Amino acid sequence: MMEEEFRSIRIEKEICHGCMSCMRICPTHAIRVHSNKASLIKELCIDCGECVRTCEYKAILPLTSSFSEFSKFKYTIALPSPVFYSQFGKEIQPGILLEALKKIGFDDAYDVACSSEAVSIALQEYLDSNEGPRPLISPYCPTILRLIQVRYPNLLENLIPIESPMEIAAREAKRKKMQELGLSEKEIGAIYITPCPAKMISILSPPRKKHSFLDGTIAISEIYPSILQAIPQITTKNDVKEVRGLGLGWPIVGGQVASLKAEECIAIGGINDCIRILEDIENGKLRDIQYIECHSCPNACVGGSLTIENQYIARGKVLKIVEKYGSQPCQEREYIRELYRRNFFSQLGKISASPIKPLDDDISKAIQKMKQKQKILDMLPKIDCGICGAPTCETFADDVIKGLTCADECIILTVKKFESMSGNLFETAQKHSRKIKSRWEDEKK
Amino acid sequence: MDKTFTRTFTVVGNNFTDAGKVSTEIKMILKQLGINSTIIRRVAIASYESEMNVVMYANKADISLIVSPTEIQIVVEDTGPGIPDIELAMKEGFSTATTEMREMGFGAGMGLPNIKRNADIFNIESIMGKGTKLNITVSLN
Repeated sequence: MMEEEFRSIRIEKEICHGCMSCMRICPTHAIRVHSNKASLIKELCIDCGECVRTCEYKAILPLTSSFSEFSKFKYTIALPSPVFYSQFGKEIQPGILLEALKKIGFDDAYDVACSSEAVSIALQEYLDSNEGPRPLISPYCPTILRLIQVRYPNLLENLIPIESPMEIAAREAKRKKMQELGLSEKEIGAIYITPCPAKMISILSPPRKKHSFLDGTIAISEIYPSILQAIPQITTKNDVKEVRGLGLGWPIVGGQVASLKAEECIAIGGINDCIRILEDIENGKLRDIQYIECHSCPNACVGGSLTIENQYIARGKVLKIVEKYGSQPCQEREYIRELYRRNFFSQLGKISASPIKPLDDDISKAIQKMKQKQKILDMLPKIDCGICGAPTCETFADDVIKGLTCADECIILTVKKFESMSGNLFETAQKHSRKIKSRWEDEKK
Repeated sequence: MDKTFTRTFTVVGNNFTDAGKVSTEIKMILKQLGINSTIIRRVAIASYESEMNVVMYANKADISLIVSPTEIQIVVEDTGPGIPDIELAMKEGFSTATTEMREMGFGAGMGLPNIKRNADIFNIESIMGKGTKLNITVSLN
């Protein structure tokens, strides 16, 4: 049985106007617009959410769970991305927001930033004790992970095999509640409060083909209004649990690097810059860099497509939160190192490649198709106008070779053809009219 | 019927802004042809190092990618100063790069040895005052 491939977005055909903005912005050219409707080529999509952000008509919907799905659990735990803490007023401390999550219907709320801090200690241990290929790449942005699976399978070995903070947090939160309440794992629902749709994919089809401890995601933007209403109802503001540690800085570009002691680390935000860096690594560059933190969104997770607060303001708030609560560690460093040695943070299984489908599985045939593609490409205007429904002339040539469209769909080619045809027509007409004229003139004589 | 696919790119000396673009295009083509990723990485490193050599030392070069069902060839033919002592240039760590180039992370004297290491067959010819020709072959079998 073919496994169903989940992608983080869904295009609502009825709402789509065929405006092509999503097609033009997609960094992996995964969208086509035919008959005025956008459609997604699933195997090329890396869940970056750029299309969700750009669609003016809200015709592209992110894949998240709905509250009603959680009624099947006996107990629910909300695990907010640390981005959540940056979405509200400056005076509202993280602990209050955890309480607010309980007010809106979750049985418990569990801080993920503390796991981020633990993961950064584990990363440090890994960097210090493993020789292997360099630079090592952070695997925590699901979009970057998928980009590497699809476009840079060579670099899978550069990914650090340390589990993500959200998985560690979900596993620990569930384990504690199972002991405390005598429930089975299945009876507890762990729900991630997410800044982006890509996180849902790491739950639905985890890249390492193993089971995820999370059971669903809810967008920050979706619960935002009810949280705003819940905040004033919290009366015990002074004795809420204090959330602290360097993990609070993880949702901004450089947050991971700041929590490490390693030298020669860099942090990159923005999918196109990430692509450039991955190209460089594949070419054998950057070998003296130890660790690369890559984020698909230019401002990392605070700029996710399912957030509310302006990303630059949110970034500023994260920095303030770190200043206030970041200096005190959330757990004993030695304890975390001991857990690391006991493989507490190890990821299970290997991430598999899902490379772009070649033009043909048979190399000889693929070469012939590549030659045909080049021939078509040579004829095309290379202005990437998009009227054919493909984002670039190059992708259009690909589509023609794959039989998904035909060369006539290129308006420039058709106009040229028409021009030469009508040119001939005009010449023929002139020739005939000359003939008639001369005969008529002959007859007059 | 010609069983090979050929594409030629032009690289201009001193154009650091575009350095790496040809290797990126070559990789894209090889990925579409369904070439195994380990081989793509070897070709990528070899073509990138060649491209950088042209940018740093030559006036201009044609870099050709020739793919047949059994092998991948990269032919780099530049017009430039030529290499006076090929044997010396092939030594790891030997470099004539300027301080500026080194500061940018180039010129570690690994270029040609790195190309050779990633090739199954490697040929280099150079004529002083005219230019250098590299022939890099990576076998697909």
